[in-house]
Amino acid sequence: MTGRTLYDKVWDSHAVKTYDDGSTLLYVDRHLVQEVSSPQAFDGLKEMGRRLRRPDAHVAVADHAVPTRLRNQPLPDGLAARQVSRLVDNAKAFGVPYIPMNDRRHGIVHVIGPELGFTLPGATLVCGDSHTCTHGAFGAIAFGIGASECETVFATQTIRQTKQKRMRVWLSGAPGPGVTVKDIILALIAKIGTGGGFGHAIEYAGPAIAALSMESRMTLCNMSIEAGSRVGMVAPDETTFAYVKGRPLAPAGAMWDRAVAEWRSLASDADAVFDTEVELDVAAIAPHVSWGTTPEETLPVTGAVPDPAAETDPARRTRLQKSLDYMGLTPGMPLRDIAIDKVFIGSCTNGRIEDLRRAASVLSGRHVAPTVHAIVVPGSAGVRLQAEAEGLDRVFRDAGFEWRASGCSMCVAMNDDRLEAGERCASTSNRNFEGRQGKGGRTHLMSPEMAAAAAVAGRLADVRDLGN
Amino acid sequence: MEKFTTLTSVAAPLPETHLDTDVIFPARFLLLPDKKGLGEQLFNERRVNRDGDGPRFVLDTPPWNEARILVTGRAFGTGSSREQAVWALADFGFRCVIAPSFGEIFFSNCFKNGVLPIVLGEAEHADVMAKAEQALPLTIDLEAQEIRFSDGRAIAFDIDPHRKRTLIEGLDEIGLILADDQADIAAFEARQREQNPWLHLTREQLTFFDDVGEELR
Repeated sequence: MTGRTLYDKVWDSHAVKTYDDGSTLLYVDRHLVQEVSSPQAFDGLKEMGRRLRRPDAHVAVADHAVPTRLRNQPLPDGLAARQVSRLVDNAKAFGVPYIPMNDRRHGIVHVIGPELGFTLPGATLVCGDSHTCTHGAFGAIAFGIGASECETVFATQTIRQTKQKRMRVWLSGAPGPGVTVKDIILALIAKIGTGGGFGHAIEYAGPAIAALSMESRMTLCNMSIEAGSRVGMVAPDETTFAYVKGRPLAPAGAMWDRAVAEWRSLASDADAVFDTEVELDVAAIAPHVSWGTTPEETLPVTGAVPDPAAETDPARRTRLQKSLDYMGLTPGMPLRDIAIDKVFIGSCTNGRIEDLRRAASVLSGRHVAPTVHAIVVPGSAGVRLQAEAEGLDRVFRDAGFEWRASGCSMCVAMNDDRLEAGERCASTSNRNFEGRQGKGGRTHLMSPEMAAAAAVAGRLADVRDLGN
Repeated sequence: MEKFTTLTSVAAPLPETHLDTDVIFPARFLLLPDKKGLGEQLFNERRVNRDGDGPRFVLDTPPWNEARILVTGRAFGTGSSREQAVWALADFGFRCVIAPSFGEIFFSNCFKNGVLPIVLGEAEHADVMAKAEQALPLTIDLEAQEIRFSDGRAIAFDIDPHRKRTLIEGLDEIGLILADDQADIAAFEARQREQNPWLHLTREQLTFFDDVGEELR
């Protein structure tokens, strides 16, 4: 028998049964519930008179629609207030713990799951949100599902799935100065495309992974979905255990030791076979920015806007032109000449304490360009409080940033934080789709350092040019 | 769920690639409370001149405004997991979407709502797209796994047998699991509590949430 991968091991340990067609009824240990994908699921349960199989396996929080200002007063009456109210009422009716927006535990589902120790190595975790792959950083099988599937998980604690193929992304080398894991994942997506991980569960491995913090691993796994894969994982190691230990919902005492012993056995076996292998030398990667309207339309910041005339494939040429038209860019223009209007630092991709520390280190002693409006939205109240304890809020405010409360904010533009038509944003979020940050808004994806550098320069900038 | 057997309709041609779920159903409409009526916001940003003069989006142009089949480019429905993208397509009247590739979560969501997503190879896809552009009707026969053209030709498509059955019979997946698999799930849980007890939060751990306050409203 050949060895098993990390994905195989977690999968096998959660297979309730295998059906005749080869699909599996997979047990779900954890479910994060938010306001956008849950109301219809709860309605479905009510309609059929169904209950939650295990209310203790779910935690609810409103993150998408909540404002990032004026959090100590009720939401103004409207659709957002009603959506949040529905979550509150449903959580109460079905016995699910609910975290209010002014609570110290509030935050984006994918930031607080790990913070609370709700996310654990070797677990299965789902959420009605595509960036659920974030939790794979802990060696969990974590994936985004639709609202109907949320209803299935509520009622049965299982989900019928077909096993994915396995892909290993091998990261070697050490990143150069100014290069972060955000640049690595953007470079990977540019290399394999937004469909590159389709049908696969990705495992990120190699010497560069061992050196990454949990925050960085979460950023990496978070954008697996942008490479077409619902699952992105990293094998748990000492870094993982050190992060999880002592978290409120993590095992403790003798149970901790037992769990760690089990988690150590999850790493892919040496003779495990992957269906697809991709290698990337991170030493060769420069800071990246996206220029188009899919995350694969990304280049080193030292590059220039591509020219559709140079593209021989007609379908690609059309696609390229469409992106340029939407983004309002001229072929051949150096990326560093692109002027910006707004900066957004935050999201489930880059709203954690390390992201804020690194952005603040760029901003210290500098100021946002007069033409730029910049906000920083911590991914959770925990991140915000930690940052304030470290004085990072002062650095951001002194540099001219607005310091906000936790939520998805301008990554998804469901609250008041959004771009106006034609506005251009340097953003640490995960999607540069048309209209993603507001109707007609133009998004350039990058790391927190690069967003801070862009805020100072008033245009896309290479953080390496700023010096100390 | 509405059953899917055969369907005959003109198909709306939308050759663009990478139409992500943000384009299919923009995020600001995710605040809307009901599944019904979401077709109004389908491809909202593309549907300029809905009623007025000037070039209209294909879905606002007869005969495709009545189309029940959508033929589109690769990487359709990538990005956000929002099931609203499928609800909006279904509410508009679509029961079938044909593309060279789909976002995985979108693809799954289709089957939960009686919408059939069909993956076709490049040549077949081009063939179907041409028929769509000529406004020639297509017949989708799910039982036979065939797309039939008005000239009598047909092309075959693949589908997972379980998903085919859920569509044809309009099955309630939750009901199926509750009816057939409850004993297996209970046995699994008992085993897991024994082997990996930390995966089940204890009453004591859950007291962590005892002091959460009320939402302000």
